[in-house]
Amino acid sequence: MMPTQDLAGSKIWQRRSGRESLFHWILWLLGIAIFAYCWQQISAATTWFFVWDAPRIADDIWTRATPPKWEYITQLGKPIWDTFNIATLGTIFALILAVPVAFLAARNTTPSRLFIRPVALLIIVSTRSINSLIWALLLIAIIGPGVFSGVVAIAIRSIGFCAKLLYEAIEEIDATQVEAISATGASRWQVMAYGIVPQVLPAFAGIAVFRWDINIRESTVLGLVGAGGIGLQLSSSLNVLAWPQVSLILLVILVAVVISEWVSAKVRGAII
Amino acid sequence: MLRLEKLAKTYKTGDQALQAVDIEIPESQVLALIGPSGAGKSTLIRCINRLVEPTSGKVYLGDTELTRLSSGGLRRERRRMGMIFQEYALVERLTVMENVLSGRLGYVGFWRSFMRKFPQSDVDEAFRLLDRVDLAHMADKRADELSGGQRQRIGICRALIQNPALLLVDEPTASLDPKTSRQIMRLICELCRERRLAAIINIHDVALAQMFVQRVIGLRLGSVEFDGPPSGLTPEVLTSIYGEEDWEATIETVDDDDVATQ
Repeated sequence: MMPTQDLAGSKIWQRRSGRESLFHWILWLLGIAIFAYCWQQISAATTWFFVWDAPRIADDIWTRATPPKWEYITQLGKPIWDTFNIATLGTIFALILAVPVAFLAARNTTPSRLFIRPVALLIIVSTRSINSLIWALLLIAIIGPGVFSGVVAIAIRSIGFCAKLLYEAIEEIDATQVEAISATGASRWQVMAYGIVPQVLPAFAGIAVFRWDINIRESTVLGLVGAGGIGLQLSSSLNVLAWPQVSLILLVILVAVVISEWVSAKVRGAII
Repeated sequence: MLRLEKLAKTYKTGDQALQAVDIEIPESQVLALIGPSGAGKSTLIRCINRLVEPTSGKVYLGDTELTRLSSGGLRRERRRMGMIFQEYALVERLTVMENVLSGRLGYVGFWRSFMRKFPQSDVDEAFRLLDRVDLAHMADKRADELSGGQRQRIGICRALIQNPALLLVDEPTASLDPKTSRQIMRLICELCRERRLAAIINIHDVALAQMFVQRVIGLRLGSVEFDGPPSGLTPEVLTSIYGEEDWEATIETVDDDDVATQ
């Protein structure tokens, strides 16, 4: 049944036909029933004593954590610098690897849609689907704890992200500019350098700073599993319940993230 | 100079864009290709330099059969065919100079072109051409800073610096205002005469075509419906190409002083 009905000569228009709106109501009913059931299950599995107790504990930790232990800052310079380096080097390595993958994955530049494109897409999906913390755990087992494991973990995790955004940018380029360069008798690589690269360069720069900004945040926690950076300090402070140190570390991370966001916003603003 | 033999193109969707087209163009003849949208005009010129692969038929440029060439041979022959586009198709983020010099890509190796180290003779020629179209002062501007008419003149420079024997021109004026359209058409035809180039110009403005060219071919549904001088475009002929319509006004708009300046 169509939304527009002919009733006694006058055309009646409704958003949905009768059957569609009935179906709609059933869907809503089903959704609410599922929500209620889940609520009940979660409620049964919760130890409510701990929840009621939570505000008191939080208040307790807050009083222990303030004021932050300011003199501890002298020991945080090196770790935050490591964190920054992990993010930056990881992003650079990721971009170097992501560019060829993106060109192999984009429909309009891949040498073979049937064989090579699926491989490139597999690389993108598999590197993207595993969190950098898990990559770090694996890599610490393989190459040992330290900053280098962190760099590699960040790099691997970022390949898929960068390659995916970049290949989407490549697929959206203006084809007639590429056509015009091909029509001059340019070779395949020249078409790439003159027809495609100038068109995706702004997208590339935007992706690079965006990912770098994300990586600063991701690399702050890598230390929790032993892959270097400020997370290492955070984890050891948490282990000895040194709350004033923890609060200072959180403040330092906050400042680092704000700075990276500011830089990436500035750079992206300058490009676009 | 250029010979099409039974050139046909059927797209994967089943659309027959061209059906056995035979056209022969002598040296330095400027030809206008008219016809309704979807008649196969763009497909025809793209089949000549094989931006679109023809389904069957042959294209000869001089004695070379373009339709048989390997990709290397095709690249070499493409240098002899300059192409000018409807939406200019300049690389927007490159400078005017880089856009003009990109016409020399077929003659220069990858690294030289990548490092923008074109031979001085190419750069000299680029400046000469920019001067010819009155845009020498724009050489360092980015292409997307220019107006439509200016961009199209850069597009013309890019095609000419290839030192072509043939120009393939796809709706050069469709995105331009009437005055600029005439200027661009006049420029293209003048340059063809100066350099003794042959040209195929796709154009949907019949009056504009009549003003400037020596020969008109009318396409309809992928086959040649009319082939003759511009004066042969009578209302009956236009009806056979485009369908029923009152054509007197279209033909009359041919401006006397514009014809006189030719």
